[in-house]
Amino acid sequence: MSTLVITDLHVSVETPEGTKEILRGVDLTIDSGHVHAIMGPNGSGKSTLAYSIAGHPKYTITSGTVTLDGEDVLEMSVDERAKAGIFLAMQYPVEVPGVSVSNFLRTAKTAIDGEAPKLRTWVKDVKSSMADLRMDSSFAERNVNEGFSGGEKKRHEILQMELLQPKIAILDETDSGLDVDALRIVSEGVNRVKDKTNVGVLLITHYTRILNYITPDFVHVFVDGRVAEQGGPELAERLEAEGYDRYLTKA
Amino acid sequence: MTTTDLTTDHSRATADEAHSHGLASTPPNSSRADRDKSFDLDVFPVPSGREEQWRFSAVRDLAPLFVDQPVEGSLAWSIDALPAGVRLTEVSVADARERSVSAPGDRASAIAAAHSGGARALTVAPGSVIEKPITITMHGDGSEARGHLLVEIGANAEVSVVIERTGSATYSEFISVDVGQNAGLNLVLLQTWEDDAVHSGEVHAKLSRDARLRGSVVTLGGKVVRLNTTASLSGVGSSVDLFGLYFADSGQHQEHQLFVDHMVPNCRSRVTYKGALAGASARTVWIGDVLIRKEAEGTDTYELNRNLVLTDGARADSVPNLEIETGLIDGAGHASATGRFDEEQMFYLRSRGISESEARKLVVRGFFADLIQEIGVPEVEKGLMNAIELELDMVEADDE
Ligand SMILES: Nc1ncnc2c1ncn2[C@@H]1O[C@H](COP(=O)(O)OP(=O)(O)OP(=O)(O)O)[C@@H](O)[C@H]1O
Ligand SMILES: [Mg+2]
Repeated sequence: MSTLVITDLHVSVETPEGTKEILRGVDLTIDSGHVHAIMGPNGSGKSTLAYSIAGHPKYTITSGTVTLDGEDVLEMSVDERAKAGIFLAMQYPVEVPGVSVSNFLRTAKTAIDGEAPKLRTWVKDVKSSMADLRMDSSFAERNVNEGFSGGEKKRHEILQMELLQPKIAILDETDSGLDVDALRIVSEGVNRVKDKTNVGVLLITHYTRILNYITPDFVHVFVDGRVAEQGGPELAERLEAEGYDRYLTKA
Repeated sequence: MTTTDLTTDHSRATADEAHSHGLASTPPNSSRADRDKSFDLDVFPVPSGREEQWRFSAVRDLAPLFVDQPVEGSLAWSIDALPAGVRLTEVSVADARERSVSAPGDRASAIAAAHSGGARALTVAPGSVIEKPITITMHGDGSEARGHLLVEIGANAEVSVVIERTGSATYSEFISVDVGQNAGLNLVLLQTWEDDAVHSGEVHAKLSRDARLRGSVVTLGGKVVRLNTTASLSGVGSSVDLFGLYFADSGQHQEHQLFVDHMVPNCRSRVTYKGALAGASARTVWIGDVLIRKEAEGTDTYELNRNLVLTDGARADSVPNLEIETGLIDGAGHASATGRFDEEQMFYLRSRGISESEARKLVVRGFFADLIQEIGVPEVEKGLMNAIELELDMVEADDE
């Protein structure tokens, strides 16, 4: 059982016009086995929250804390956070020329576990996860994300989540740009990992469609750098019907 | 990357420091073949750095190599006992001129020939098939040195020659390579100099009918290394593969110029050079000229240069150039791309638990892996990955 606790998180970025505050006091607690959906308008700071937890150097934490099972996450380097059990499936996964998927996955697994995986079982695990995500085995020999379609990149993110077995996974718009079939495949992947490892999930999305496959325990409305409202799955239905206008005029 | 005929892929040349452009390296109405070749120094004035073939060069550091004076020092050669069919002999300056496949193409190599005190000739008798690579180590003790080397491979012979440069020197050389009919030569030139070496070399290889040359250049050390390689495909059916691997860190200037001259029909050439750069003032230059003459029908050629910029401030120039004088060819293409290993790639890998240094190694290993396999001398291939990892460890030490 793991818990990620975000307390009063304030984050800014440097822009040519000066420092810009994007997160303005985020409070959020995610336990193992729970799915938290975060929904909010474009530019409200959802990706900023995801990147800040993962440790992207672009973002400056000005105040607040993030802990995983009591450990100070903000003190950790990017790779230490991953080793501690935080995983970020990115909205725009990065291409890494010259590095094959299979080499990348093995190196990451070795880094996270602190030892190389047993070759026999590892190869089998990779194969079966790829098959489950309907990824052709030829992807293993391709360079990381290079020339992948949008949907293929997202499947590759979930493949990594399945193989690296994090405690807390942040999925930043993993559903965006997927057709219905791909959405189902990816959602099933997330559910499979959750059943197997009891991972806690922070699911950032614009659409309730994915919530038909992955049932959230909590829904948070994210507006202007903070959580404006939270509730159960019914809140998502209401957002779908009413949009964010209610929150925006208030802000 | 798959880039087809006659295109230059600059898609990855995004960062300011990562420089890549498709300027023709010869003015449009003068052919690369028109450049002077001579043993006469007066033909080559001292370069100012504005000349076409010197404009990317570290001319100031190379200046001692333009001085028309004898030098005291020399490189110390070590070489294992030679197998039957192979001889190493001293050749007078006059004879060396006669036996060279071409006259020098610039001032530095003309001076190297003039002040070498005579050439050394590595001669492989016709029909000899030598299994074990012949390895020559040339070690500099920090002094000035000039060299003239003749590599002469008799008809139907088959051999690998590895030349490694170590230590330090201010060194210029002219290497003439004569590959006889249906002979095969694998020539590997390793520049593993110490940090302060300055080296200018010209290699001119001539291929006779059905000859095969595999030439690999590996440049890791030295302050300034400038290698100018010419392959003259003068025999029908001959074939050349030129590979290059270079890694420049702060303060290093590495320049590789190539000229593949398709003179006769039905020859094949491949040029594949890859370089990594790390450190603020790391600098590399690649100029790849290919000429397909009117007579060279049925030519099949492709040249590629890729550069990987690992840190800010490094600069890679890449200038491919293709001159085609006949339409009756099998294929001709080139590609040049300079990419950055950037913060986003680093973040992506590290967010999967991979440490910064491991991430860098992963990318660089992947970048060079296929190229290293092409060298074709297992002893060299093995040592090379280690040498590159050492380079990367040095980059990290600099970071701290
Ligand atoms: N480097 C930057 N310079 C200026 N503004 C920035 C920078 N980085 C982020 N921002 C701004 O921060 C805000 C939050 O961006 P973020 O990507 O977190 O939004 P988001 O909620 O994920 O949006 P979307 O739904 O479109 O993905 C946006 O207004 C964005 O323009
Ligand atoms: Mg976003």
